[in-house]
Amino acid sequence: MNGPNASDPDAPKLRLRDVRKRFGANVVLDGIGLDIAAGESMVVIGGSGTGKSVLLKCVLGLLRPDSGSIEVDGAETVGLTGRARDRVNAHIGMLFQGAALFDSLPVWENVAFGLIQGRQTSRFAARARAMDCLDQVGLRRRVADLYPAELSGGMQKRVGLARAIAAQPDIVFFDEPTTGLDPIMADVINDLIVATTKELGATALSITHDMASATKIGDRIAMLYKGRLIWVGAAKEVFDSGNAHVDQFVHGRADGPITEEAEAQAG
Amino acid sequence: MGGERGRGRKGQDGVNFLAIVGRVFLAFVLQVGRFSIFTGRAVSHMVRPPFYPRLIARQMVEIGYYSLPVVGLTTLFSGMVLALQSHTGFARFSAEGAVATVVVISLTRELGPVLAGLMVAGRIGAAMAAEIGTMRVTEQIDALSTLSTNPFKYLVAPRLIAGVTMLPLLVLVGDIIGVFGGYVIGTTKLGFNPATYIARTAEFLQVLDVVSGLIKAAVFGFVIALMGCYHGYHSRGGAQGVGAATTNAVVSASILILILNYMITELFFAQ
Ligand SMILES: Nc1ncnc2c1ncn2[C@@H]1O[C@H](COP(=O)(O)OP(=O)(O)OP(=O)(O)O)[C@@H](O)[C@H]1O
Ligand SMILES: [Mg+2]
Repeated sequence: MNGPNASDPDAPKLRLRDVRKRFGANVVLDGIGLDIAAGESMVVIGGSGTGKSVLLKCVLGLLRPDSGSIEVDGAETVGLTGRARDRVNAHIGMLFQGAALFDSLPVWENVAFGLIQGRQTSRFAARARAMDCLDQVGLRRRVADLYPAELSGGMQKRVGLARAIAAQPDIVFFDEPTTGLDPIMADVINDLIVATTKELGATALSITHDMASATKIGDRIAMLYKGRLIWVGAAKEVFDSGNAHVDQFVHGRADGPITEEAEAQAG
Repeated sequence: MGGERGRGRKGQDGVNFLAIVGRVFLAFVLQVGRFSIFTGRAVSHMVRPPFYPRLIARQMVEIGYYSLPVVGLTTLFSGMVLALQSHTGFARFSAEGAVATVVVISLTRELGPVLAGLMVAGRIGAAMAAEIGTMRVTEQIDALSTLSTNPFKYLVAPRLIAGVTMLPLLVLVGDIIGVFGGYVIGTTKLGFNPATYIARTAEFLQVLDVVSGLIKAAVFGFVIALMGCYHGYHSRGGAQGVGAATTNAVVSASILILILNYMITELFFAQ
């Protein structure tokens, strides 16, 4: 048993054990177990409303799992609050599903937020770093002084990406980075994710419904269904997984076990 | 556990009634608990460093400076109408001389803080609830936590600090403007000699009249900001939830202001 702050060099970067979360009668996570090695890029796929975002929020401590353990670098994080939680989250960058940019702040301050507030970097140095990050995600420098509301959805996603990587985290979460973007922009974002995580050497956990994106950014893929990870395997194997549920999902078929079970439940 | 019992005894109306009472009571206790925890956390972050001077300054300008016209107009006309009303009323027992005193004492003790409080509750309480509520439903508050920034420190504390410090200043200015309104009516319409009116205003005014009003103002400023932040912070469910939070913030702040106003008055002046 590891103590709360024990750090084991051989431990996976992120280890989830039997994580459960329910909202009233709605059981969302029903025993999730997952190991992600340092430097690995893991993608979680699954239908709408299966609890993918809830899973990320549990790891970030925004939601508290009902039971189970979530270890970051071998140290338990469930139940951490205040400073201790801040110390863990300082290692994690997060791209939210809806970007979640601060609309009262200009773009550059959004990107530099974690540096200015979290690390007390001077505003001048933080601005310079924000400019670098905007370059990295392919945004022109003149957007730096615009406000988020003045940007298109794709640009907001990129600003969100820049904000997630600005503090050079070891772990990055991407919640549906390509949803709502045109196919070309989606591929640009995929490339950005691969490039930025490679550059940072970061461990990545991404969520997506977009199979092109999943196979491009993921080393391994896991499928979340009915609160459990029903399949975990190498990204290349996802199209011939031998699992009927995964098959239906990755080929986007209307007929298959997922729809049959949903109908049986409804009927 | 609760669900099973409810299903098992569905037929028995008496039990169902008790279940409803129980549920309402539990919901109420839960609310009170949630509110107390929120207040405790808010106050602890309000008095402990680090502070965010930029954010505090921005809120002070928002509350103090931009509320000046509203508060100024309200107290100006209140001072004017007070002079007019007390003059016609007191004429019945030949006490017109008390007009100046009545105007200044009612303004500093009651009308200044209460009117300014209610106006600012409508203006600022609503704005705070809407802003923080929108941040909640668009996950900006979650984003704050992931960027190692405590939402209480960053969002709530600056608003509370600005509310507690700015409302007394607003009320002080409002008092002066209101007394001026009474003076204008007294000297132009009611035929008072300007020097006499001013002398009468100062003659019976006590420090406690003004100070009690300013203490009320500080309490009201705290309540307004607290209600705005609390309802915004706990809003859920998109635009509709933010709308409800805004309404609740204004209504609860207004009611609390009127109740606390009575309690503070009793504390200071009841013998
Ligand atoms: N704060 C909450 N309170 C109550 N229920 C919630 C909350 N957050 C999520 N849920 C419920 O949890 C379930 C999973 O939601 P989640 O947002 O994780 O879905 P998702 O897999 O990310 O879907 P999508 O792909 O559409 O984003 C949903 O049924 C949702 O209603
Ligand atoms: Mg989601």
